[in-house]
Parts: sequence; structure tokens; C-alpha cells
Amino acid sequence: MAYDKFNVLTSTAVPLPIENVDTDQIIPARFLKATERKGFGDNLFRDWRYNSDDTPKEHFVLNNPLYSGKILVGGKNFGSGSSREHAAWAIYDYGFRCVVSSFFADIFRNNCLNIGVLPVKVSPEFLEKIFKSMESDPKSELVVNLPDQTITINNSGESESFEINDYKKSNLLNGFDDIDYLVNMKDDIQSFAQGTPL
Amino acid sequence: MNAAKTLFDKVWDSHVVRSIDNGPDVLFIDRHLVHEVTSPVAFLGLRNRGIKVLYPERTFATADHNTPTLNQHLPVKDPLSANQLKALEQNAREHGIPYWGLGHEKNGIVHVIGPENGITLPGATIVCGDSHTSTHGAFGAIAFGIGTSEVEMVLATQCIMQPKPKSMKITIDGELNKAVTPKDVALYIISQLTTSGATGYFVEYSGEVFRNMSMEGRMTVCNLSIEMGARGGMVAPDEKTFAYIKDREFTPKGEAWNKAMAYWKTLKTDNGAVFDREVSFEGSAIEPMITYGTNPGMGVGISNGIPKAEAIEGGVATYKKSLEYMDFNEGEAMLGKKIDFVFLGSCTNGRIEDFRAFAGLVKGRQKAAHVTAWLVPGSHKVEEAIKAEGLLEILEEAGFQLREPGCSACLAMNDDKIPAGKYAVSTSNRNFEGRQGPGARTLLASPLVAAAAAITGRVTDPRELMEPEMA
Ligand code: SF4
Repeated sequence: MAYDKFNVLTSTAVPLPIENVDTDQIIPARFLKATERKGFGDNLFRDWRYNSDDTPKEHFVLNNPLYSGKILVGGKNFGSGSSREHAAWAIYDYGFRCVVSSFFADIFRNNCLNIGVLPVKVSPEFLEKIFKSMESDPKSELVVNLPDQTITINNSGESESFEINDYKKSNLLNGFDDIDYLVNMKDDIQSFAQGTPL
Repeated sequence: MNAAKTLFDKVWDSHVVRSIDNGPDVLFIDRHLVHEVTSPVAFLGLRNRGIKVLYPERTFATADHNTPTLNQHLPVKDPLSANQLKALEQNAREHGIPYWGLGHEKNGIVHVIGPENGITLPGATIVCGDSHTSTHGAFGAIAFGIGTSEVEMVLATQCIMQPKPKSMKITIDGELNKAVTPKDVALYIISQLTTSGATGYFVEYSGEVFRNMSMEGRMTVCNLSIEMGARGGMVAPDEKTFAYIKDREFTPKGEAWNKAMAYWKTLKTDNGAVFDREVSFEGSAIEPMITYGTNPGMGVGISNGIPKAEAIEGGVATYKKSLEYMDFNEGEAMLGKKIDFVFLGSCTNGRIEDFRAFAGLVKGRQKAAHVTAWLVPGSHKVEEAIKAEGLLEILEEAGFQLREPGCSACLAMNDDKIPAGKYAVSTSNRNFEGRQGPGARTLLASPLVAAAAAITGRVTDPRELMEPEMA
């Protein structure tokens, strides 16, 4: 599925300083029954965000009007658990384009990259700085610069670089996905398949 | 360049169609397993691009995540679930993929039916849109879970793009204690490494403990690899592996079998091969395990209490949040805690060996009156074996009923939801908040610990209920 190109994103952010945020929290299994990729943002963090009678939980950050923006900042080991891409869809559909954490679960990270959400891994110290700056000023902005591979806290000017491989970087910059690439090498794949033992 | 290779290297390297500079490898996939929940959007993607499935004969579809575990012969009541099942059936038909829907003799949880039918083979690359695809690594396959975009990729091109993970070896030697099952071994490893301790790695399990394990046990261990963050786990194939797969429906036969065997026998880590990380544990240090918190790393030996906050490394706020959710206190004993539900099933512990262990312990006893027990076989074949081996009678005499196969309360997409606030001892793989139903509280454990809890209605050390000769 094609997605928007990603270049430089300057935005306020939403802090979620909790470790091991798992995919069951991001999108509970009972919302995985769709056959189309639509409307998942409404159920993002459903059980943290709403009471069982569907009234919003005041204390959850997505219900706090002070915080908004296109960047979600989470604690260590963000996205652990299931392979459900629905978790990444929910994040995208809600309006986030970038997730920042000091550590991502593998499959979740891949899923994000595949749908055009940029996972930015920062050092634990830098993550703390981001949380602090958002705490003292909820409107403080982050600048995520994909071409330069840097993330900057606008208030203080503090900055750190992050890693991404060249292939995924160029995909995100251009809005391409892997299938376009693979379909173009179909002949190679088919001749490879003939030589496989199983 | 004739370096010694790990088992993982051998299988991975032989499947690389192309290596992209400072990018991922293009990896050929031998077997693709598909289920109703993570595939519809992938098929939709194919339709939008006007592409057909490239190798339908390497693709297998089953219905498991969303399915009821009672009255499977009747139409599925939940319209959304019914719609997903119908979508998979239609997609499979349109693309010529074998589909084993509800009621089909080969139907069951995707990671149970793969091995059962000989789809899972040593040295193969296997993917599925489900993180516990790591289960198939028990056969010496590279198997891992993928997202829906990747499902679409594999349907369209039989390839996936992944950077090669780092390798880790986990060695456990020595004898296991009485009542310590493969599930306990896995929960122990996760409690030691934490839920993110193996992120970025592919694990090989080695040592006496895994060598002595049955294929079912190895599947349980490999299944839980993902819970410490690993991409997957694998065990080198041996005579046990070959005996298990021989003559199953989709395994090679005759000359093809001999040829495959010659290849499979090379599938072990060479002497002197280097892993990026190695850890080892002592088998005798492991006790029957139980979890007290909201991730699988929060496990303790059953006779130990809940650790105190000062013993927790980092993340104390997360630890406290999780105890609050569980309504437990730091330092408390686990033994004796009253429980409400028992769930025996899932791709972790829904195989015949698990039902044998459970039935062995409840035999001649009675289920505690206040406990609701859901016993859900991993597949129709497991269900048949339970009946054929006389386990059903034992279970029924002890006050249990058997349900029909599926993922059930493992992820609670169907009606099998643990009510809010209730405690469930579950043989599945995740104790996340709300995993087994909104507000549900999950204690992960082995089938033996689950059986003991079902009988006494409390967290109980199974050794207390075991005859000396069952040791
Ligand atoms: S039993 Fe649970 S973990 Fe296994 S495939 Fe089903 S939902 Fe996934």
C-alpha cells in the first residue's frame, strides 16, 4: 500500500512514558475483525483510553488536550507482542507519522517501516530529555529529519542521530514499498525457486 | 571464506535470493501459512495491484483466531467473524490455495497443524502473519511472524525483505526437576532475559535439556522465543525430528525423502561457529513457573513470592502499574492465591502431550466447583487423539468438558473471554493487560500447574498432587 512520503517532520508530540507497551494495548484483539484497513485509529489504545462504558479516561494522555501532534514518544521496548500490523495502522490512522523510543520490538518496527511510520530509536538519555522537555512545555516541538537522520528538541536545540538502512530510507523518502521492488525481480525469484530443495 | 557456520546461517544463507547493499536480504520463503485475521487486507492489496498468488502450492490457509469453540457445525454467530472467515475462504478459492476451514479434518491452530501435516520441515523458511510462527523452529526451520504488508509480499512474490538477525545460543544442560515441563523452561529463560532480552536475535537452543525434549516440548520452547523479543528460535533436527515428520501428508516421500534426509543431516551448527551472543543456564535451577505480572518476563518459581520493587531492575513504575492491574502486592506469595478460570490450549500448550499431562494430574480427582475450565485442543487431530487415547473419559470424570479447536482464550477474539477482574491460570503465551478479555488477569503456567489449579481452585504446586512414580 502506497503511503505519504516522509522527509522532515516538525511537530509537537504525545508522551507515553511506559515500558513494554505491547500490541495488545495499542490495539486489542477484539478490534481485529475488519477485512479492510479502515478506522483503526478510533480504537488506538482502546482500553487505556476509554472506560468499559466508552467514556474517555481522563488521565490517559490521548485524552489530555495539552498534548497532540504527529509524533508519539514511548518508553523502552515499544510494540512488543504480536505481529498484528493493525497496531501500526492504528497509530498511522490516528495521525502519527513517527514513533520515538529507546527500544523497539522487531516485528512492530518492521511493520511501521512498511506502512510509512518512521520508528526513531534514540538513546535512553535522549529519551529522558524528550520526556522532560514535554513535561515542562507540552507544546515543545521535535524535528525529525530523515535525510540527515537526526532528531532535535526544538526548545533546547539538543539533537541526536538515528539509524535506518539506506534501502528503507529511500523507500520512505519516495513513498515506495517493498512489493514494488520484489515484483520487479520476479524472474530472479522464479529461477531461484526451481533450485530450492523443499 | 570457508568459515564454520551456525545452523541459522546455513538455512538463512541458502534462501537469500539477493542481498541489498546497506539494506535487507531478499529471502525466499518455502512455506506460507495464512489465517483469517491478518490476511484479508493483504489479499485486498493483491487485488488492487492486479496480482495473483505466485506459488499457491506453497501457501496453506486455516481458520483459527476468530472461531467459536462450541457448535462449530452451526453458522458463526458474530457477523464480523463470519465475514472474515468468508473472506478467507473466497480468497483461498480465487487463488487456488488449500483452505482448511471450520470442521475440516485438518483444521486447527496454524502452528499446530503445520507440523501435524508435514508442512513444517527442517531447513525450510516458514512465515505466517502471527508472531508465534517461531513454533516451527523446533524442526530446524527458520520460522517467524510477519505483518500484513509482508503477508502481501509473500503472496505476491514468495519473498520477504529482512535484514539478517544476529544469532544467539541458549544452552541448558543438566536434569530437569520433577514437574518441570518445557513451558517452565521457556518461562524461566524469559524471566532471566526479560521480554526484550533477545530482540534482534535469532536463537538456537542447545544442550541436553532440549536434546532430551519431545518434539512437542521443543515446539513449546520455540513458540515462546518471541516473548523474549527474539525473531525466532530453532533446534537442530535429529532422529526425533525425522521420526516425527516421516510419512506425514506433505513430507517428501520415496526418493525425495532420501534426498531431503541427506540435506537435513547437514543442518547443525559447525564446530567453531561463532554466535553474536551466548548464554547458558542450569537445568536443575528451574522450578515449575508462574507469572505474576503483565508480561511473560514477570515469572517466578511457583514457590517463590512476587519480587519486591527493590529487586526489580529498571522500570519500577511499569512493575507497579502491572501489580496494580493484577491487584497483587509486592513480596506476596503466589501459592494459595484463589483463581477463577483455567485455560488449557493455544499453540503453546494445545498439543496432545499437554492434554496427557493435564489428564494425568486430574485423573481420579474433581475440578474445584468455583473454577471455570476451558480445555481447547490445538487441532481436530489433537481432539481425535484425546478421544482415542481415552483422555476424554478421564477429563469428563473429573468434571471437565472438551471444547472444539481454535485459538480461543489465548487472544479472546471469539466468545471465550475471561471476565474483567477474574484470575485465569493459562497455558497460553501472553499475560498482557486485557489479552484474555478486557480487564482479565492472566497467570501463565504449564499444563501441570494449570491442572493443579483447576483441582484446588488456587495456585498450587503440582508436585503436591503428584504420585512419587509420576516424577
Ligand atoms: S493460539 Fe494464540 S498465539 Fe497461537 S496462533 Fe492463536 S492467537 Fe496466536
